[in-house]
Amino acid sequence: MTWDRLLEPYAFEFFRHGVIVATVAGALCGLIGTFVVLRGMSYIGHGLSHSIFSGAAASALLGFNFYLGAGMWGLASGLMISRVTRRNVIRSDAAIGVITTASFALGLALIGLFGTVERSIDATLFGSILGVSTLDLWVVMGVALLAGAVVFFRYRVLLFTTFDPEVAAVSGVATARADALLMLVLTASILATMQVLGVILVSATLVIPPVVARMLTSSFPRMLVLSSVIGGVSGFVGMNLSYHFDVSSGATIVLVSAALFLGAFLVTGPQRLGRLATVSH
Amino acid sequence: MIRAQPLLALDGVTCAYRSQPALTDATLEIGAGAFVGIVGPSGSGKTTLLRSLLGTLVPVRGTVRRRSGLRLGYVPQTETVDWSFPVTVRDVVLMARTRGRVLPWSSREERGEVDRVLTRLGIGDLGGRHIRDLSGGQQQRAFIARALFGRPDLLLLDEPTSGIDVRTRHEVLHLLEHLNDDGLAIVVTTHDLNGIASHLPRIVCLNGEIVADGAPDDVLTPDVLERTYGAPMDVLEHGGMRVVVDRFESNVVALRRRAS
Repeated sequence: MTWDRLLEPYAFEFFRHGVIVATVAGALCGLIGTFVVLRGMSYIGHGLSHSIFSGAAASALLGFNFYLGAGMWGLASGLMISRVTRRNVIRSDAAIGVITTASFALGLALIGLFGTVERSIDATLFGSILGVSTLDLWVVMGVALLAGAVVFFRYRVLLFTTFDPEVAAVSGVATARADALLMLVLTASILATMQVLGVILVSATLVIPPVVARMLTSSFPRMLVLSSVIGGVSGFVGMNLSYHFDVSSGATIVLVSAALFLGAFLVTGPQRLGRLATVSH
Repeated sequence: MIRAQPLLALDGVTCAYRSQPALTDATLEIGAGAFVGIVGPSGSGKTTLLRSLLGTLVPVRGTVRRRSGLRLGYVPQTETVDWSFPVTVRDVVLMARTRGRVLPWSSREERGEVDRVLTRLGIGDLGGRHIRDLSGGQQQRAFIARALFGRPDLLLLDEPTSGIDVRTRHEVLHLLEHLNDDGLAIVVTTHDLNGIASHLPRIVCLNGEIVADGAPDDVLTPDVLERTYGAPMDVLEHGGMRVVVDRFESNVVALRRRAS
């Protein structure tokens, strides 16, 4: 494959947009995914992305702005999960399962009842580089800046509430506010990433980069940086492969992440998997 | 005579989980310089009492009074800690100064203070180690260091000697005695009557309610222990200390006698 062939897709604006969105979104998910994985909430990315799909369908049918409708729906689902879990009636995994699948089913029912929507459901489910608009580009940049600022300025709070929420609360840290802030950034990240990765595969970008990073380091700040780099590289390489092999962008991005996981596993040795006990709480 | 205001006081506190009372009508005062052991069987309300002292559990009845500006240090059970989490001992200690901090990194003064706390607890050279790479006693010291770094007036520890060997238990007990000698008030929950509780100046016996509260000589009696644990126990004297033993053998003998 020549350079000309490799650079060929960059002649198209939609592809340039797609590569930027995929790279930034990958780094963004790697950053936020570190907290998701260390909190033992890996399943929430999967659940929230399904929940957001429902909001996307509803907002398309009602003519609302996609980001506003889907984002509010996702945030409401996330806060509802936190509330149900906090009441200790059911465990968080069960709360995620009930609330987000019910929300997803509601989205499907809305589409069934009120007809088709303009936005491609295939693209929403599996991701597409064709639909990346300038607005999508600005949204993902804005969310990445917001997430970076939140992680930088709330680093100590997020670290403490992730590692030891009970002692953090005793020490006067507003843990509920920290959880809500993380939920807000998580919802925004999923929303901004969905266009390229799709509902089905977005959770993989929240989970695989932090898991690979955890295999490579035992330092929390290094894990944050490594996870973001791995996410960004997966997005960039996956997007290029998507064009050349004519496969959905979500699939190629996740496959690149999975290949990096395999590489890290082979390089560091299976014993490093012991570190991943933290992922499965 | 003016009585000193207690650091923390429970007055007729009842706590419940889903309408099921876990602690009933508890009245208790923790004064400055106190060293209190809370003992009782599993499910007796030890952790509930600790949580009401910490303020993380709101009682359904009664009041919890705290001295204005009281700073609490809390050391949770080591079983609740995620030892695979990617943090060093220094990271853990720094967590105690999270509130009000904006920048992610610590100042030179903070790092110096962390090193002084770790040195005071005998783990001064372990600040850069991952928490999983410490022995049981060192792990306990690291979490006590975090609590101390918050400059507490009262230190609360939940089962600090659970699952550790005898030597480490002695280390932890001596460390707590030194901290108490320096004026720090300490409350500790424990299952260990002989290894920990009998060495403390004050013991609170719990069994859903406060059964007894006083010095070991007054509290470690067969009557109080049977009301606390629901099983007969004997108390022996050994080297000036009270030693609690199960009366299990005599029960078996009694049953055999009854059967024959």
